[in-house]
Amino acid sequence: MKRLALLGMPNTGKSTLFNRLTGAGARVGNWPGMTVDMLSAKVLLAGGMVELVDLPGIYNLHGFSDDEQVVRHFLSSQPVNGLVVILDATQLDRQLNLFLQLRALQCPMTLILNMADEARQLGIHINQEKLSAELGCDISLVSAKYGHGFEAIRKALEHLLRTAPQAMLAHTEALHSDEAIEAELDRIVSDTINTPVVLPPNLTRRLDRILLHPVFGLPLFFLSMFALFQLVYGLGTPLQNGLSALLGYFNSDVLTPVLRHAPTPLTSFITDGLFNGIGTVLSFLPIIVLFFVFMAIVEDSGYLARAAFLMDALMARLGLDGRSFVMQLMGLGCNVPALMGTRVMRSRALRLLTMMVIPFSLCSARLQVFLFFTSAIFKPFAAASMLFFLYLTSFAMAFLTALVWRGKFRNHEPLLLELPPYRFPTTRQLLVQGWQQSGHFLRGASGFIVAGVVLIWFLTHVPFNVAPASPATLAGHLAAWMHPVFAPLGINRLLSLTLLFGFVAKEIVIGALAVIYSAGEKNLAGILAHQIDWVQATSFMLFTLIYTPCLSTIAVLKQESKSISFTLLAVLWPLGLAWLVSFVFYQTARSLGW
Amino acid sequence: MSIPLYQMQTTQSGIILSINAGQELTRRMAALGLRPGRQIKIIRKAPWSGPLQVRIGHTEIIIRRGEAEKIEVEPT
Ligand SMILES: Nc1nc2c(ncn2[C@@H]2O[C@H](COP(=O)(O)OP(=O)(O)OP(=O)(O)O)[C@@H](O)[C@H]2O)c(=O)[nH]1
Ligand SMILES: [Mg+2]
Repeated sequence: MKRLALLGMPNTGKSTLFNRLTGAGARVGNWPGMTVDMLSAKVLLAGGMVELVDLPGIYNLHGFSDDEQVVRHFLSSQPVNGLVVILDATQLDRQLNLFLQLRALQCPMTLILNMADEARQLGIHINQEKLSAELGCDISLVSAKYGHGFEAIRKALEHLLRTAPQAMLAHTEALHSDEAIEAELDRIVSDTINTPVVLPPNLTRRLDRILLHPVFGLPLFFLSMFALFQLVYGLGTPLQNGLSALLGYFNSDVLTPVLRHAPTPLTSFITDGLFNGIGTVLSFLPIIVLFFVFMAIVEDSGYLARAAFLMDALMARLGLDGRSFVMQLMGLGCNVPALMGTRVMRSRALRLLTMMVIPFSLCSARLQVFLFFTSAIFKPFAAASMLFFLYLTSFAMAFLTALVWRGKFRNHEPLLLELPPYRFPTTRQLLVQGWQQSGHFLRGASGFIVAGVVLIWFLTHVPFNVAPASPATLAGHLAAWMHPVFAPLGINRLLSLTLLFGFVAKEIVIGALAVIYSAGEKNLAGILAHQIDWVQATSFMLFTLIYTPCLSTIAVLKQESKSISFTLLAVLWPLGLAWLVSFVFYQTARSLGW
Repeated sequence: MSIPLYQMQTTQSGIILSINAGQELTRRMAALGLRPGRQIKIIRKAPWSGPLQVRIGHTEIIIRRGEAEKIEVEPT
């Protein structure tokens, strides 16, 4: 199959264009370094299927950070029919440099100038014919986000495929000297691009004056994050209650009548095991999807790069940099892409230290556990404060970890980061994001969670002749064995079992609880409130927050660090810390008579 | 008269004269538009010796003071 690769500087809209052309779901965000791995998809061009490859952004052909290595490795190992170079039309004064360098690869190329909409607003005029003649290749001026200019893109790609029927390897060894290129760049830019001397006042600069204010910048940042979580919580809770009511009707009006004549263990397996377990997890779907949609707005707004600016001074003192903080924020959705996102860091020490702190970010899976526990144990206002306290703790643990380990991971990586203009995702982008996250959640639910729920049902029900989840069951034996470790933390036997499952994935914790107490979402909360008090619940939540997030995280830690000893450290340190924090909290609270 | 970039005042503009950094960093800076001959403006400085926000053409970047020390500019 013919193959075309998308190349360009970071944050120029490669993934947006890729998604539009192929219908694929590459992650898009207003942050340089959103894509850190290659992704390919098929597209119908000139009557044949063509493989289109989305690559991480590169600044030049000399970079050696891990995301840039992905590009270099691709170019030197995979033959292509042509390169589709995508540049930001508003920043050609520097980005054309990359195009000029890429000519040395001696592959057929076509040039796409993206963000035509922003260029127009800024009053930038590009003489396309002249530029095309200068560069000796087709040029299309498009707006990938709004879908403008796609006929031109298709034509250009088809033309590229016709001129290069044979796939070839890029000449990655031969690189021109950069000085000659810079002179050429300046000449071409001044000949073909017309920029108004005075920048028109725009939204980005006005917003920055407020959001990056030396005094109010940081408080505003935390305030807006807090407001965002309140919004998700406020909008999501009614939806969640609605969904769990629906599931309750399904249980009483459909499942129970259907299973009336089934043997008892089977009924128990289906209602207490599968239905309660999965249903309880499922009831969190609306809140989690909502959460990810809001995360998508934040990621696309350009505020992340501003967060790096605001936090860099503090992060530098912890041996990290502003980007580490951004990765922590991304980790609030899921730790896995955040860990991968550290590929943009060139210093290995900085990268490892950042990878050590990311797993403390309170990800959406842990959020489910905490939403459930706080609303079961606390009154509404206290529940919200508790949740906020857990977010604070998660950052405190990350910073503490950096402080403790910064000596071992000393680094001097320079920080040079683009601040993109503020942008807002289109409804289409948000719908796609919501849809993808639901799919992700449901696939997770159908895999891990079903397996986990089934397993825990067996553990708590075998042997069948004793009371479920009693000390005589398999689960009871297991819990007794772990008891000496968890008793000093105030975590009872049954809860300690869920922690064991939470090691695999936090989504299982609530499902497991529902099975253990054989209750659906609504009753479970009541049962739990009777079984444990707020001190025990908090101790349990602290432990859940701090210890290993999930198996996928461990796998990615290993894959990205390529070091077993680092992975071990990144698993054992949080485990020890979790025990210690819960222990100190529980014992202090009890000794104070709480 | 030339001074290191980080000594320029907020909202002050200048022309980059030279960059005294290693090859890798110089190239990265060039890719972001930081090259001799380009006009640069300090937009703001983060408190507690945090990074600087600067603009070159239509590109805004943040740069730590340590790196800003390696760039010599002539204020205009
Ligand atoms: N205004 C405007 N914004 C766009 C356009 N195309 C993409 N964007 C936005 O630009 C940002 C970056 O888009 P991505 O597709 O993630 O860019 P990328 O080149 O894949 O970035 P990396 O993966 O980081 O290299 C996102 O906020 C997009 O919504 C466009 O045509 N106009
Ligand atoms: Mg991308």
